Amino acid sequence: MNLVVCVKRVPDTAESEVHIDASGKDIDKSRLSFGINECDNYAVEEAIQIKERLGGTVTVISLGPKENDEVIRMALAKGGDEAIRLEDEAFDGGDGFAVAKALAAAIKGLEFDIVFTGALADDDGYAVVPAALGELLGVPHATYVKKVEILEDGKRAKVGRELEGGLLEFLEIELPCVLGIQTGINEPRYASFKGIKQAAKKEIAIKSAADLGLDPSEVGESGSWAVLEKFTPPVVGEMAEILEGDPEETAAKLAAILKEKGLV
Amino acid sequence: MKMLFELDEEKRLFRQTVRDFAEQEIRPHVDRLWETGEFPYDIVRKMGELGLLGIPWPEEYGGAGGDYLAYAIAVEELARVDGSCAITVEAHISLGSAPFYYYGTEEQKREWLVPLAQGRILGSFGLTEPEAGSDAGNTKTRAELKDGQWVINGTKCFITNPGTEMSGVVTITAVTGIRPSGKKEISNIFIPKGTPGYNIAPKYKKMGWHASDTRELNFVDCKVPESNLIGKRGEGFKQFLDCLDGGRIAIAALAVGTAQGAFEEALRYAKERVQFGQPIGKFQGVSFKLADMATEIEIARNMAYKAAAMRDAGVPHTKEASMAKLFASEMCMRTTTQAVQIFGGYGFMDEYPVSRFFRDAKILEIGEGTSEVQRMVISRELGL
Repeated sequence: MNLVVCVKRVPDTAESEVHIDASGKDIDKSRLSFGINECDNYAVEEAIQIKERLGGTVTVISLGPKENDEVIRMALAKGGDEAIRLEDEAFDGGDGFAVAKALAAAIKGLEFDIVFTGALADDDGYAVVPAALGELLGVPHATYVKKVEILEDGKRAKVGRELEGGLLEFLEIELPCVLGIQTGINEPRYASFKGIKQAAKKEIAIKSAADLGLDPSEVGESGSWAVLEKFTPPVVGEMAEILEGDPEETAAKLAAILKEKGLV
Repeated sequence: MKMLFELDEEKRLFRQTVRDFAEQEIRPHVDRLWETGEFPYDIVRKMGELGLLGIPWPEEYGGAGGDYLAYAIAVEELARVDGSCAITVEAHISLGSAPFYYYGTEEQKREWLVPLAQGRILGSFGLTEPEAGSDAGNTKTRAELKDGQWVINGTKCFITNPGTEMSGVVTITAVTGIRPSGKKEISNIFIPKGTPGYNIAPKYKKMGWHASDTRELNFVDCKVPESNLIGKRGEGFKQFLDCLDGGRIAIAALAVGTAQGAFEEALRYAKERVQFGQPIGKFQGVSFKLADMATEIEIARNMAYKAAAMRDAGVPHTKEASMAKLFASEMCMRTTTQAVQIFGGYGFMDEYPVSRFFRDAKILEIGEGTSEVQRMVISRELGL
C-alpha cells in the first residue's frame, strides 16, 4: 500500500489567550506554541498502522515554512518513510481549495492507494481539503472517517464515517481514495528516541509552485475561492440571560426555563 | 564563538515526545498516585517501551542511543508533571544502571545493562546507610570473600526502586578490606533481587514522591559470586563519585522540571484569581514573584544543560554538576514555596498540585548529596 499523509502545523490555542494581530487578518502567534493539527496526528497513525499491517510506504506532505519540518520529522520518527514540504511565497493566504491544489499537484507525481488528511484543521476549521483533494485528484473521498478496513482484494476499503450522536455510517470506497480522518480513530503512538534519531537523517524534499508545475496565480490568495477579510472578536450577544440568586433559586429558575422551552 | 544556546531538532522533538507522554499518560493519574502511593507499573512499563529507561546508553546495550542532555530533558519533562515518575527513571538510570555501563564487564553489560536499559527490570543503587549519609566513607556494610563468594552483611537505607515487582538488581558499596594506610577499601558489588539473605523492608512513608519506591535493605550472610564485583576491587568510592556527577545533573533537571510545573500552576492561577477587582497577577507583589521564579528556572535550566553537555563532551564537570544541583534544588524550593504563597490558602490544600510540588521539592536539597555536600565539593574544586 502506498500511503500519503498530509499534515498541517497549527498554533496551540487551547490554553492561551488569543489576540488579533495588527493586520486584522491573523492572530498574534508570537507567544503561541505550535504542533501538528490534532486530526492529522491520527491520520499519521492510521497510515503507519496500515503500512505495518500490509507493507508499503508512507509519504508525509506538508505545506508551509521551514518550521513545519518539526511536524514532518515527528511523523517520520513514528514510521513515515519519505517527506515533501511545499514552500513558496505564492502559497501564502490560500484557502482550503488553494491548499488542496498545491497538495494535489505534489501527490499527482506519486503512486498512491490512499491519501490521508485530517478531517479539519484546528486553526481555520474549514474542513475543505480532503473533499477538494479528492475532486482534484479525480478519486473518491470520505471525511470524518473513524474506521478504515482495507478489504481483501486490496482495491476497496470499508470506512466508517462519524455522524451526529456518535453514529457511524459505513460505506465501501474504491482505492485510490482520499480519507479525511477524525480524532479517536486510533491511539497515536509516541515517537521513540531511536525513531527520532533515524528521522533526523531522512531528507525532506522541498518543492516550489514552479516545481509542481503550478502558476503562482493558481495558488495562494489569488488561486482561492474564499479570501479572508478580517477577524473580529465575537460580539457579546444580548441573548444571554444571567440568572442571579443563591444556588437554590437559580436552579429553580433554570429548571423553569428548560421546562418552558420544552428542553427537558 | 557559538553562544546561542538552542536545542537541535532531535532534542526538541524528543522533548515534545516526553512532554506529550507525560501530559497524556501520566497527568491523568497523578492525583491517584499521590493519594495511594501505588507504584505506577503501567506508566513505568510504557516508559520502558518508549526507551525512556535507557536514554543515555548505546543501542547495542538495549539503550536509546541518546546522550546525557537528552536524558536530562526527559527527567525535566517528567518532573514537570510528576516527581515520583521522574525520580523512578532518574534513580534507575543514574544510579541503578550507570555502574554497569561505566564499569561492568562485557558479560555484566549483556546480562544486566540490556534488560535495565530496555526497561524489563528496574535497578537501584545502595550507598546510604544509617551511619553513612554524607559521610559515605563511614560505610559499615561488609563483603567478605569466602570460597569464591562475597558474603555480605549490613544495612542500606533510603534506596530507590528496590522493592517493586519490576526490581531486578541492586548495586551496593561495601567494605571489602582495609588498605595498608588503614583506610577502608570500598568496592561495588551487585546483588540480584531474590538472593537469599537480601531482605527488602516495606516502603517508607515519605513527605513527597509518594509513588516512588523507597526502602531499607538488609543483608544477612547474603552470598553472591565473586564475579558480581563491578569494576576493580577497592574502586567503589571513585566509581560512585563519578556516577554521582551524572546523577547530580539529572537531579538538577528534576528540580528544574518540578519548579516549572509549580510555576505554570501559579502563573495560570495568577491570571484567573480575582481579588480587589482584578486578577492577582496584575499586582506587583505577585507579578514580581512570578518574574523571579521564571528567571531562576531559566538560570537553573541553563546550568543543568551546560553540565549535561560537558558530560557528553567528556570534559571534567564535577564542579558544574555540583553547582547545577545546588542551585537548581534550592531554586526549586524557593519557587515551589512562592507558588504555594500565590495560591494562598488553596496552596495548603492537598488537592492543589502546588502543594504536591512543594513537598516534592525538599528532598532535592538532600538526595544525591545535600546542599552542604555540594558546597563542600564546589569549595574543593575552588582549591579550598
